[in-house]
Amino acid sequence: MTARTLTRVAAATAAATLLGAGLVACSDGGSPGGSPDGSGPGGGADAIEAALEAGGSITYWTWTPSAEAQVAAFEEAYPNVDVTLVDTGGANDNNIKLQNAISAGSGAPDVVQLEYQALPQFMIADSLVDLTDYGFGDLEPLYTPSTWASVSQDGIWGLPQDSGPMALFYNKRVFDEFGLEVPTTWDEYIDAGRALQAADPEYYITNDSGTDAGFGTAMIWQAGGRPFAVDGENVTIDLEDEGAQRWADSWSTLVQEDLVSQIAGWSDEWFAGLASGKIATLPIGAWMPGVFESGTQAGAGDWRVAPMPTYDGGEPVTAENGGSAQVVTQQSDNPALAAGFLQWLNSSDESIQVFLDKGGFPATVKELNSEEFLSHQSDFFGGQEINRVLVDAANSVGTGWQYLPWQAYANSVYADAVGPVYLDQGDINDGLVAWQEQNVTYGTQQGFTVGE
Amino acid sequence: MTTPTLDRLSERSSSWLAPRSSKLLTAAMSLFVIYSLLPLAWLTISSTKTMDSLFGSFGLWFDGPFALFQNIHDTFVYQDGIFLRWFGNTLLYVVLGAGGATALATLAGYGLAKFVFPGKRGVFAVVLGAIAVPGTALAVPTFLMFSQMGLTNTIWSIVIPSLISPFGLYLIWVYAVDSVPTELLEAARVDGAGELRTFFTISLRLLVPGVVTVALFSIVATWNNYFLPLIMLSDPNLFPLTIGLNQWNQQASGIGSEPVFNLVITGSLLTIVPIIIVFLYLQRYWQSGLSAGSVKQ
Repeated sequence: MTARTLTRVAAATAAATLLGAGLVACSDGGSPGGSPDGSGPGGGADAIEAALEAGGSITYWTWTPSAEAQVAAFEEAYPNVDVTLVDTGGANDNNIKLQNAISAGSGAPDVVQLEYQALPQFMIADSLVDLTDYGFGDLEPLYTPSTWASVSQDGIWGLPQDSGPMALFYNKRVFDEFGLEVPTTWDEYIDAGRALQAADPEYYITNDSGTDAGFGTAMIWQAGGRPFAVDGENVTIDLEDEGAQRWADSWSTLVQEDLVSQIAGWSDEWFAGLASGKIATLPIGAWMPGVFESGTQAGAGDWRVAPMPTYDGGEPVTAENGGSAQVVTQQSDNPALAAGFLQWLNSSDESIQVFLDKGGFPATVKELNSEEFLSHQSDFFGGQEINRVLVDAANSVGTGWQYLPWQAYANSVYADAVGPVYLDQGDINDGLVAWQEQNVTYGTQQGFTVGE
Repeated sequence: MTTPTLDRLSERSSSWLAPRSSKLLTAAMSLFVIYSLLPLAWLTISSTKTMDSLFGSFGLWFDGPFALFQNIHDTFVYQDGIFLRWFGNTLLYVVLGAGGATALATLAGYGLAKFVFPGKRGVFAVVLGAIAVPGTALAVPTFLMFSQMGLTNTIWSIVIPSLISPFGLYLIWVYAVDSVPTELLEAARVDGAGELRTFFTISLRLLVPGVVTVALFSIVATWNNYFLPLIMLSDPNLFPLTIGLNQWNQQASGIGSEPVFNLVITGSLLTIVPIIIVFLYLQRYWQSGLSAGSVKQ
């Protein structure tokens, strides 16, 4: 027992050393030569090693299904550290609880999972620890550029856990039954929706009720829109830029012609629609296969995945839909230990393997490009090597996207602004204009200088 | 006390208006019964289905394999049997919170009904005012206060607020005024019994229907308490059933979702069984307690 633990510690340390060496080798591309063994103020990686050795106890909030197994593996590798795992159920409850604890001044965990879109809000409020001093800058090459960009703005505020590059999931059985081709452009997608409704009014090309801001923003991102620009206290919002309009125009057609089902996502009806194929496609993040497998077993074998349709028929461009990182909070009594746990959690092979085994979609370049990952044949998807499509998506995420510093609030009022348009079958552009006004008002109230 | 009420009712039912209005009332009541029982029927039927047949079948009739026992088994073993832990937590909160609330309300209500002291009117006003404030409105201030005292995320953050039941106090007060004759207390005092002995040997027995009513109210309120534990607790090991089941329900949303709708439904059914039993068993006290004070003796 002890011998085995010792071997594991030794192995983990060796791996960490090798990793560090590898990073030094590849991070010399013109960056100012900072040595990774950290003579800086935070004590760098040494402080982390010392804290992990000394041990202690930390609390970790997450809703990741693999968390329990990851924590168990961590505690085995670092027997002096005790991690209290709290399952927060989902992103919404997680954020509310975290916001409460931060307002109260105590009760926040040491390490917590945050969606990329919620991260700026907590970062700007000074609730998170900048991990630059712990040498986390050296970890950059491990992650895809889009996920790294999400955690590093004027500092490093966390490490990416997963990513959600969008792809088009479609029900092949339904497509075959109605003689449809997999759409490669959004115009073809709309035509497929028309054909489906004409053939059987119970079948919809997809579902969207205008209440999911995460979907709306990702679709704007995919269409080339960059509506939010944040530079410190200065925020520019333009929800009528070219990309936003491009999405709103084509999506309005789907809504006005009644081609999308207005079933809300994640409801039991939604799972039922996916299982039966009456919701025939889903443009959604690459983490969806795990959800399919756990929630819609009745539809096993029917589904396939294809690249996102484009607007111009050119090179595929996609966007991130969801995905999250883990961060260290300012309330942590032992930030070095928390950073050590975080580093192990989202960069060690052992932890990422546990995450992959539970059906997660990683944010790390190495796993995304490993032959084992790419050639995995999913039974649920009729033996398709789905990761080839999804990794292609991960490599074609449009760059330069930013979220608002109050994205959680913005998302919570999206349904009020955009939802009514869906009910009235109106123009989604009107809904986006209304959403813009709400955001300008709120941002100004919060003390930001908001330009339009 | 109930006799005059019955007399009046029978008098009215013999009047010429009665047959027509009673038909209407029966129809209205039947509608209400259906309205109230329909969700219960849905819950019972749905808890016999697997998750696949839940999705693909009509909600108000049986379909697919009869999975009730499998569902119950899965509910108890899912996530290392945390459901049982939540069940125990709810029981603990009910015993400490509702039990304490009933005891405090009984003592205070009796005291206010049977003793004269300066400031009684003021207490009366405060209690009445407290009834008007919904508990939900106090949850956030209570949370901030408790967090300063370091009590959040402990069982006390649920038990202590549950101890306060202004409505129960008021009910006992009103009930004690009528059901414990002051003459009886005076007789006991003349015989040399102390106030505590008088309370426990004489008054408490007379108060039983009122006490049971208050207990029933407190038990139901604590059993169903949702908002307070939602904001107070973050450790799943301290969750009551209401929050735990919601967490299972939430699990269906977002990345890494693991929907367990069948367990949420079966868990909900198991959650309401004890409260239905308690209610059926204690309702006779409740009825007599509610009518207390409504008729002048």
